[in-house]
Amino acid sequence: MPSTNGMTDWAVDLKDVAAIYPFQGWEFFMFILGLIFWIGWHVLQLRVEATEVEHEMSADESGDKARAAIDRY
Amino acid sequence: MGNNLDALTTIFTEFYYWVTVVLMFLIHAGFLMYEVGMSRRRNHIHTLMKNVMLIPLVTVSFFLFGWWIYFAFPNGPFIFEGKGIDYAAATGARPWDPAMGTNLSDHINGVFWAAFLLFSWTAASIVSGSVIERIRSGGFWILAVLIGSVAWIIDASWGWHWDGWMVKILGYHDAYASGVIHAIAGGFALGVLLVLGPRIGKFREDGTARDIPAHNPWMVALGFFMIYTGFWGFYAACNVPIISPEVIDGQITGLTWTATNIYLAPTTLSAITFNFLMSLSGGLMAAYIVSKGDLMWTFSGGLAGIITASAGNDLYHPIQAMLIAGFGAWAAYKLHYWVERKFKIDDAVGAVAVHGYAGFIGVVIAGFVLWGQPSSPYEGYAAINPVGQFIGAIIMFFVLGFLPGYFCAKLLNAFDLLRIPRKVELEGLDFETNQTYLAAVEEVQRAEKAAV
Repeated sequence: MPSTNGMTDWAVDLKDVAAIYPFQGWEFFMFILGLIFWIGWHVLQLRVEATEVEHEMSADESGDKARAAIDRY
Repeated sequence: MGNNLDALTTIFTEFYYWVTVVLMFLIHAGFLMYEVGMSRRRNHIHTLMKNVMLIPLVTVSFFLFGWWIYFAFPNGPFIFEGKGIDYAAATGARPWDPAMGTNLSDHINGVFWAAFLLFSWTAASIVSGSVIERIRSGGFWILAVLIGSVAWIIDASWGWHWDGWMVKILGYHDAYASGVIHAIAGGFALGVLLVLGPRIGKFREDGTARDIPAHNPWMVALGFFMIYTGFWGFYAACNVPIISPEVIDGQITGLTWTATNIYLAPTTLSAITFNFLMSLSGGLMAAYIVSKGDLMWTFSGGLAGIITASAGNDLYHPIQAMLIAGFGAWAAYKLHYWVERKFKIDDAVGAVAVHGYAGFIGVVIAGFVLWGQPSSPYEGYAAINPVGQFIGAIIMFFVLGFLPGYFCAKLLNAFDLLRIPRKVELEGLDFETNQTYLAAVEEVQRAEKAAV
């Protein structure tokens, strides 16, 4: 049965072998997946951070905890 | 050494493994920092000493019998073609063999032994973190020798050895030890935790878990970063730096020398450099999102990511490594909390998830992504395949990991050697140490004031 990198044994001369990673020919697709992963991370992170900031804005209305935090430095 | 080229290759290889051992020391400095940081102040000296003393105990036992096991057990024994213990292959690893001492005709045994020893320490350190704040040090050190010098080295002989039966029959592929170190140690820890029980106060009356925060998150973070640094040494030590096809004596033809993985199949240091960094990154990114930026889980996720991709990081494309790592880190986090809720398991540092579940998942994923590829440069070995990898993952996590951990913990518990008493846990493992410390401080201060 074929393998994911086209090699089924090591009966080769290494001077004739180059790439050995799986799914050769799909590099551009993998690049797109990489881009989606990276940009997707930024989108998700910004949402998580916005929620955190929202909670912090509505907390400690009197400012007592903020003053204590400033005193602790 | 026959000629100058042989001499150069031998000395280079000797130096290469020596450097990896030095780098891997950082893993242990990191484990010490991270465990001490995670524990509460009243337990931190005992936590430190529990972890540091596994080093000499695993070292000595690995010299006395662990190294011999690696060479003696590749056939099972009696699993591959009914062959028994390979006494012949293991001569040279018996503690009384001349090759186990200063020997001018052997430049490799000591450094190779040491590289494997550092993996042995790692297996024991992984268990060490999960059981902090309530295990008896003496009981833990017995467990450390069992995982560090017996269980993992059996699994290495089976699945991390060019001649191992798991490679021949199952096509088992685990280049950077997702299964052979991480899954087995995580499984072992889980077996111990089931018997040990949770820390006092971990679970509320209604069964939900309380968070027990680290006493020093900075130390935890720096500890993790040192583990990442030491992990580079681990990866390099898992490779053979340079070898000729003639010496491999397998199917490879021609004259091109190559670096190889532990199975003597070609890879490059360049490839694992790409993949280490991309899998670290995938893990960090996924863990940061799933844990909402939690310090411990983000750093743990970086590690879980590397661990998940490790089984195939000699062959993956870097983007594959990143995505596999991201999935593994996400899964480790989710599984940790699911197991905690469902089974009331108190794993103080998430070691079962980061190492056990991520390692298991990593071995299984490799079966699909590397399907059909040769597991070895030798003829007649099974190709890498999903079924073989799954069976391998079960052997690592459950057969050689969970079961020995569970039964040894049961035995220790029966002799009251496993857990400290409730009173000691509440006052802190360092109670007596602290009393001695305070008395010494008081006495010195009195003496100094009298001298004023």
